[in-house]
Amino acid sequence: MTAAAIETRGITKRYGSVQALAGVDLRVEPGEFFGLLGPNGAGKTTLISVLSGLARASGGEARVMGHDVLRDYRKARRALGVVPQELVFDPFFTVRETLEIQAGYFGLRNQRAWIDEVLEHLDLTAKADTNMRALSGGMKRRVLVGQALVHKPPVIILDEPTAGVDVELRQALWSFIRRLNRDGHTIVLTTHYLEEAEALCGRIAMLKQGRIVALDRTDRLLKLHSGCYVKLRLDGGLPDSLQALVAERRDDGTVRLGLPDYGGLENVLRILREDGVHIQELEVMQPDLEEVFVQIMRSS
Amino acid sequence: MSGFRTLFYKEWLRFWKVSVQTVLAPVLTALLYLLVFAHALRDRMEVFPGVDYVAFLVPGLAMMSVLQNAFANSSSSLMQSKMTGNIVFVLLPPLSHLEFFLAYLLAAVARGMVVGAGVLAATVWYAGVPVANAVWVLAFALLGSGVMAALGIVAGMQSDKIDQLAAFTNFIILPLTFLSGVFYSIRTLPSFWQSVSHLNPVFYMIDGFRYGFFGVSDTSPWLSLLIVAGSFAALSLLGIQLLKAGYKLRH
Repeated sequence: MTAAAIETRGITKRYGSVQALAGVDLRVEPGEFFGLLGPNGAGKTTLISVLSGLARASGGEARVMGHDVLRDYRKARRALGVVPQELVFDPFFTVRETLEIQAGYFGLRNQRAWIDEVLEHLDLTAKADTNMRALSGGMKRRVLVGQALVHKPPVIILDEPTAGVDVELRQALWSFIRRLNRDGHTIVLTTHYLEEAEALCGRIAMLKQGRIVALDRTDRLLKLHSGCYVKLRLDGGLPDSLQALVAERRDDGTVRLGLPDYGGLENVLRILREDGVHIQELEVMQPDLEEVFVQIMRSS
Repeated sequence: MSGFRTLFYKEWLRFWKVSVQTVLAPVLTALLYLLVFAHALRDRMEVFPGVDYVAFLVPGLAMMSVLQNAFANSSSSLMQSKMTGNIVFVLLPPLSHLEFFLAYLLAAVARGMVVGAGVLAATVWYAGVPVANAVWVLAFALLGSGVMAALGIVAGMQSDKIDQLAAFTNFIILPLTFLSGVFYSIRTLPSFWQSVSHLNPVFYMIDGFRYGFFGVSDTSPWLSLLIVAGSFAALSLLGIQLLKAGYKLRH
């Protein structure tokens, strides 16, 4: 069996009285596009810190490409590129210097061609000789991505890479990350934008209070939440017999009903017809990852 | 070791790019001390027999600047990186704690030496300063700045905020360097204060460094060398152990 891109066994982490991770077992295969989701404080960043050596686990084992993150930290760190969540930079250097220095830390010199390529893909070529201080937030974020890539790591972890990034850049960033994934890089992503995770990740783990509460292929997770929703705008009140189905009432006057399956729709339409309520607007909706997420977080 | 080379180079660039602040300013400060103290104390201060007070002052000021700047470099670099969060750039790569330690140490020593050379170059015009033995001069400059650079690494790791490091600088480094015999020979002090001065490790750095210039000192240069080398070894061990444990760096 080939080494997993990422493997953790029983990882625990305690900060004083706070149990940030309460036994995480995870295996991400090489080449996967993997999502790590969970509410704030669920332990996503702590798990990434343990994998990257920024934090030391209180218990358990973690490996990157088969290398133990403590015993074999040099190989483990060489195999890993991390884009941190915080927008950090060194104000003393230009973009190119920042990338050259980062490559140098990994023992790589004369990386001009590769650094040029990274700059090109991140649309930073024109800013190569600009001081980091003078860059916008979005550009600094892209430099962080570049810094994670300079040593060509097989595994790349992105911790909330699109937080506060505008739509256009987000699209560009994702197409670049997708390309890296197609080229064989393993991608692990945490994000608050669930639609991003749904569109990009082949598998998803959901964390809550330091534990994995769901772990499956994205399409299977979506099927967990069987049924559908119907959004209605009615010419009159909702009949009493449908009140039990209400999932959400919106301020715009529409109401969303949760149905066990598409067959349930016939029943809704029949009741509305019998009660003489006219339909102004009707939309049938698939459950998305957000619904699954909310359901799992509630039930676990 | 090429990770070490890059980290050293980065630390060197960090102070060199702002050399007006990190080199020129301390040289000017030392020059001001020289002008004021030389004017006020020239004929009132007895130092070594046959040694002019201004000539006596020049190596003292140079060494004080070496020590203060070596400390300032490693401590402020680490503390600022921790505060701004860009410390992750050096924590994520496969640098060993020894590479980490040596890079910060040597860059701080380098800044100390550059500033010290600058102070000597700027002040030596005011008095003829002989060089009795350049080996002693270099040995004490290197070891002394090594002590302060290692102490700076420890202080930088310990401090999470600017004011914590400022307290360290103002309440420990500054009194130790000012009361080390930079401006006077401790032989002129009452015996109680002479004894107190002998507890100050910085005294041995200044005294040994000065011995290299005049061939005269308040205490044996060998004793000074032993104490300075011992302090360097102890602080280096402490710094390396703290880095190995990831103290306040890897949580």
